[in-house]
Amino acid sequence: MPPPTSRFPLPTSETRPRLTVAVTGLNATDSPGPGVAVIRALRETTDFDLRIIGLSYEALEPGIYLRELVDKTYQLPYPSAGTAALLARLAHIREREAVAVLIPNFDAELFNFIKLAPELRALGIHTFLPTLEQLEARDKLNLSAFGAAHGFGTPASRPLHSAFELTAAAEVLGWPLVLKGRYYDAAVVHSLAQAEQAFGRLSGLWGVPLIAQQFVAGQEINIAGLGDGHGRALSVVPMRKLTITDRGKAWAGITLEDEALLALARRFAEATRWRGGFELELIRTAADELMILEINPRFPAWIYLTAAAGQNQPAALLRLALGLPVPTMEDYAVGKMFVRYAWDLITDHTEFQQVAALGEL
Amino acid sequence: MKLKPNIATSEAGFIFNPATGDSFAANPLAADILARAKAGLDAAAIKADILTRYDVAPGQLEKDWDDLLAQLRDFNLLDGSGKWEAGSEEQAMGKAK
Repeated sequence: MPPPTSRFPLPTSETRPRLTVAVTGLNATDSPGPGVAVIRALRETTDFDLRIIGLSYEALEPGIYLRELVDKTYQLPYPSAGTAALLARLAHIREREAVAVLIPNFDAELFNFIKLAPELRALGIHTFLPTLEQLEARDKLNLSAFGAAHGFGTPASRPLHSAFELTAAAEVLGWPLVLKGRYYDAAVVHSLAQAEQAFGRLSGLWGVPLIAQQFVAGQEINIAGLGDGHGRALSVVPMRKLTITDRGKAWAGITLEDEALLALARRFAEATRWRGGFELELIRTAADELMILEINPRFPAWIYLTAAAGQNQPAALLRLALGLPVPTMEDYAVGKMFVRYAWDLITDHTEFQQVAALGEL
Repeated sequence: MKLKPNIATSEAGFIFNPATGDSFAANPLAADILARAKAGLDAAAIKADILTRYDVAPGQLEKDWDDLLAQLRDFNLLDGSGKWEAGSEEQAMGKAK
C-alpha cells in the first residue's frame, strides 16, 4: 500500500515554481542597505524556488560576495545617470536572467524605478512600488505638511539651502537642532558652530537642501509595514532599537506589542493608500505622544526581524508584485530580538576584479 | 500593586515590558514579591509573609515597599494608578479554579 499523501502537500524545491528576483541594496555595512536582509527573508518563502540576482552600485558591497544568498550580481549605473542608462542596463540583464520581480531598496534610486515601472513591466519585470505622488508626499522636505494634512504628529522643520539659514532656523526650531540629508544621514547639533560644521559635511555628501528639524526627546521606535496600495496595511511590525551605532543605526532591536503603534501604521497606509514596503521612524515623547520623524519608502535594513517574528514582509511583497493574494497578517512574536554582527567575509581578488572590471559576478 | 497584564516576569527575576521593549533585573526578594503579586496576593499578605521570613522592622519594610512601588511606577510597569489594587487576587483565584 502506498504511503498516505496529504491533499495539500508542502511544496518542495522540486515542486515549487522557479522564480528569479532581482534585489538592490547589497551594502551590508555599518550603515546598511536593506538588500541582504530582504534576500534572507525571501529565501524563506515556501512559494517559490528562488534565483536571486543582486544589483549593486559599487564593487565592494558585501552582498555581492554572499554567494549562499546571492546567485549572481550585476552592477547598475548610479541613479544620477538617469532612467535611460538604468533601463538599458536592466534590459541587458533581462536578456541573461529571467528576472520576474525587482525589489529596489534605496531611497535615492526609487524615483528612477518608479518612473520605469511600465518599461520594466514590458520587459516582464514586476515591481510593487509606491507612486511618485506617494514618494513625494513623505519626502523629508514635505513631512510637516504631510503630517498636518493627515493628522500625524511631526516635528517642525524647514529646508536649508545654505549655512546662512542656520541662525534663522535655530530661532524658530530652537537648540538642539537635527540636520538631515535629503536621503540619508543626520546630525544633532547644539550650537551654531556645530551646525555649520555639520552643514558642510552633510551638504558635501548629499547636496542641498538639507532639512533642519526640531529635536524631540523620547524613545525611538521604528515600524516596518507593507501597504497593499488600496489603504490596507497587510503587515505591521514595531521594533525598538536596543543598541544604536554612532551613525544612528539599529545594531540590536526587539519587537514590541503596542496597539497604538499598530493603529498609527494602519492609519498611515489608509491615509496614503501606500503601495509597497515602508518604515515609520517614530519617537514617543514623555507625554506619550507619537511623532513621525521620518517615513522611509522601502523596507528597513532590519526587515528580516519581521520574518523572524512571523510576518515575512519581503515574501509577501513578492506575491503582491506577481498579483497573488496576500492575507492581512495579524500575529507576530513579541520580544523577538535581532543582534547585528560584523563578519569578515573572505573572497578572492579575482572575484573582486570581475565585479570591478566586468560589472558582474 | 498590579503589574500591567502584558508584563512578563521570570523566576530568575527578569522583567520584560513588551510595549516598550524595556527589560529589568530584579533582586531575589523583589522577584519573589512580583511573583506573589502576579499570583494575586494582596499587599498585606505579601508584607506579612516578608515579616515572618526576614528580620526586618515593620517601619523599614513600609519604607522599602514604597521605594519598590516608586521604582515600578517610574519604570512604567504598574497598571492604573500605580497603587496596590485588589482584583489581581480574583484573577489568580479564577486561574486556580
